[in-house]
Amino acid sequence: MINHTILEMRSITKEFPGVKALADVSIAVRSGEIHAICGENGAGKSTLMKVLSGLYPYGEYSGDIIFQGEPVQFRDIRSSEAAGIVIIHQELALIPELSIAENIFLGNEPTRFGAINWDLVNRTALELLARVGLSEDPTTKVKDIGVGKQQLVEIAKALNKSVKLLILDEPTAALNESDSQHLLDLMAGLRSKGITCIMISHKLNEIEQIADSITIIRDGRSIETLHVKDDGVDEDRIIRGMVGRSLESRFPEHTPSIGETFFEVRNWTVGHPSVPDRLVCKNSSFHVRRGEIVGFAGLMGAGRTELARSVFGRSYGTYRSGRIVMDGKEITLRTVPQAIDAGLAYVTEDRKSLGLNLLDDIKTTTVSADLRKITRGLVVDRDEEFRVAEDYRKSLRTKTPSVNEGVAKLSGGNQQKVVLAKWMFTDPELLILDEPTRGIDVGAKYEIYGIIQKLADQGKGVIVISSELPELLGLSDRIYTIFEGAITGELDRRNANQESLMKLMTASRKSA
Amino acid sequence: MKSLKHLFGGNTRQFGMIFALVALVVFFQWRTGGKTLTSVNMMNLFNGNSYILILAIGMVLVIIAGHIDLSVGSIAAFVGIVVAIAMRDWGIPWYLGVLLGLVLGALIGMWQGFWVAYVGIPAFIVTLAGMLLFRGANQRVGNSLTVPVPEGFRYLGAGYLPEIGPTTGYNNLTLLIGFALVAFVVYNEFRGRRRLEKINAQVPPSWVPVVKVVLLSAVILYATYLFATGRPGTSFPVPGIILGVLVIIYAFVSNKTILGRHVYAVGGNRHAAELSGVKSKRVNFMVMMNMSVLAALAGMIFVGRSTASGPSDGVGWELDAIAAVFIGGAAVTGGVGTVVGSIIGGLVMAVLNNGLQLLGAGADDTQIIKGLVLLVAVAFDVFNKSQGKPSIIGLLTRNLGGGGGTRKADADAPDPAPTEQAVGTKAVISHDV
Repeated sequence: MINHTILEMRSITKEFPGVKALADVSIAVRSGEIHAICGENGAGKSTLMKVLSGLYPYGEYSGDIIFQGEPVQFRDIRSSEAAGIVIIHQELALIPELSIAENIFLGNEPTRFGAINWDLVNRTALELLARVGLSEDPTTKVKDIGVGKQQLVEIAKALNKSVKLLILDEPTAALNESDSQHLLDLMAGLRSKGITCIMISHKLNEIEQIADSITIIRDGRSIETLHVKDDGVDEDRIIRGMVGRSLESRFPEHTPSIGETFFEVRNWTVGHPSVPDRLVCKNSSFHVRRGEIVGFAGLMGAGRTELARSVFGRSYGTYRSGRIVMDGKEITLRTVPQAIDAGLAYVTEDRKSLGLNLLDDIKTTTVSADLRKITRGLVVDRDEEFRVAEDYRKSLRTKTPSVNEGVAKLSGGNQQKVVLAKWMFTDPELLILDEPTRGIDVGAKYEIYGIIQKLADQGKGVIVISSELPELLGLSDRIYTIFEGAITGELDRRNANQESLMKLMTASRKSA
Repeated sequence: MKSLKHLFGGNTRQFGMIFALVALVVFFQWRTGGKTLTSVNMMNLFNGNSYILILAIGMVLVIIAGHIDLSVGSIAAFVGIVVAIAMRDWGIPWYLGVLLGLVLGALIGMWQGFWVAYVGIPAFIVTLAGMLLFRGANQRVGNSLTVPVPEGFRYLGAGYLPEIGPTTGYNNLTLLIGFALVAFVVYNEFRGRRRLEKINAQVPPSWVPVVKVVLLSAVILYATYLFATGRPGTSFPVPGIILGVLVIIYAFVSNKTILGRHVYAVGGNRHAAELSGVKSKRVNFMVMMNMSVLAALAGMIFVGRSTASGPSDGVGWELDAIAAVFIGGAAVTGGVGTVVGSIIGGLVMAVLNNGLQLLGAGADDTQIIKGLVLLVAVAFDVFNKSQGKPSIIGLLTRNLGGGGGTRKADADAPDPAPTEQAVGTKAVISHDV
């Protein structure tokens, strides 16, 4: 099956005012393959896919798109979908309050005498759901199913449009391991039915596992296309292409200097914010030593974030019982300001909706968690603000023309550096970093790891919550595992590996 | 164009509105055969609009925080009637009446702020209820009658500064205010420039501040001349002075204080603000309460001007104030807007109103034109944004900006800076924390 080329994009160039996003990018996708596109954040992957799907219409870019042997000029998403190209974005385009079936047929509703034929809608939806391996009632509201299942609904929606080329932008970014695996299996299934997939992903292990070809894009240029079977591609090879040279190690060298225990949480129990009977943290106890990086491992939804946020000034859930001891004294943190004053910092996993005010610029964001520090009398000292932001920009190597730039314009890695700067400015004793490298490219990850280690070396305690086990194993000195709101294990770095962690993270789960 | 931008701090929207304001004034001056820029007309303009502009100050903060307040007209009317009756029946002096009004405004604000901030009912609903509630309360308390207010109280809405000092043929206090303003403009420009130099930011060429100061001073001095040369016994009107003081205070609070920062933060992203230690409930409570206090003040100024409080005072004020705020560049979704911008927006509306009246246009045509102006002003902004040009977002609140903002805010769009190699084999981080 994999023989003729289904899609060719030739010399695509796309400019935004003042910046060339794509320069002479070419890519050829063979029919019936899974073609991965790799590149650092900001390399131009998403821009390329927006060109392909008609989001940037013909005329706004230069170059040719040849689909199924015909040159095509898409004016909008509708015209590309009519040709059989469907894109599924990272942020899912489903409407939470509508049912699965309604979402699948949105904008495409079959009618009889002008009224929607609901029997047909629900029947067809059921068939489509079976094809993607999702056993849910089509009348279930989308908001009531998990994000992994929502992804499958998106694919069912694409199948309904008789898709020939399916584009998936970071399909597994928000999924846990088992959901990710299910999705990858489904993609392999679609491939065997002759549907071509283009997949953008930062998870190189997944790409290695499933992709037939890989095109690497760097700084808006297509660098090379690798054929997985012929070229003997592995993760290191992909990274070399993405960053332009090889990484000796994915983690900076680090020798921890660990001191006394200074932060301790005992028997922490927290109720769900809207379902009071449900406990999101069950009698959890943990401690952190100075200079130590402590990992929290757990599947998505295990209660890692809930634990962290409930400790951080009870910003999540309803407190039931438990004590916090810091530097030998018991403390009570009822509000976020109290937690910040006590020396806690929490970097959220959801940068865009919980971590940043996207209307703000870099300098105001940097000082926003501790404005008092730069306030003289009543007045916030703008000069001081600029100087502080400038210092952090230099020391964290944030890539931006100036700290007056809006944070919305930065790439994920640079946004994360600004968020880290904001919390470093509060001079915390304990930093809780929730998925600190989510949606961040390989190069920036390395830098973030370096920052984390540096903070630990200054005698601070650092808690890292992560879904990526290799990251936890590479970074942490000690790892707690969490399952269904309870801490199920505590492993030293030397005794931990992916298998032992996974076992504890799924402790009492019956084979599902 | 670039030099124009230098002059006005690279802020297209605010620049656009100032330009529109000047153009409007010039247009009406021409069409009315010089009746616009006269002492009498300018005093009328300020007297007749200062209460709307005062409302706009409170309203912009409410809108920045992501809310709306529909009840301001009713609150103004209710406070007006209570104060009028208190002065008539209890015989309390006018200054205690003012104090009573402000306290009443604060209490009403606490009531509304409580529902919005602590119960979590959308401000639209709370203030819609307040609009009905306080309109009804006004008519109940006043029996739908008109209640006159004493002489002293009228000073608030229609008073002028006294004549003091040597007989110069001008109103001396007005002159004094004018000169003080010019001095402030010069000082501010000088200080801002030194500040830019201090933080090594790009300093505009040296002709820029000179031209800017000369232009601004000319406008101020001309206005001073107009106000100081009115018929004897008149000056820059008292409501205008109250407005000016409030603008200075609120521009300072919103720009330079922690509370101001927090209002923007809550409006921009409430959850992120809370996780950064902002007490968002308190911020919401404060802006709602503040709005009602200013509504009370506006109501009393209006009563002072019209010499009596009546059952239909303040009808439709909320819409005028909201329109001024949006013309002045605020965003419906919150997080964006400025006090000064809203005042300019309000002045555009006021000049339009006044000019059309001088031209003899009816209330019908005036409303049609005002509606279109609101639509066009906001459409201009939306269009600007969709073109990826610098828009109000990110610019309105910043004075340093200017260049740079030439691209759509797109998370995965490429880095504007040439991508220097992000990967070092050893990341050196050396910040003293």
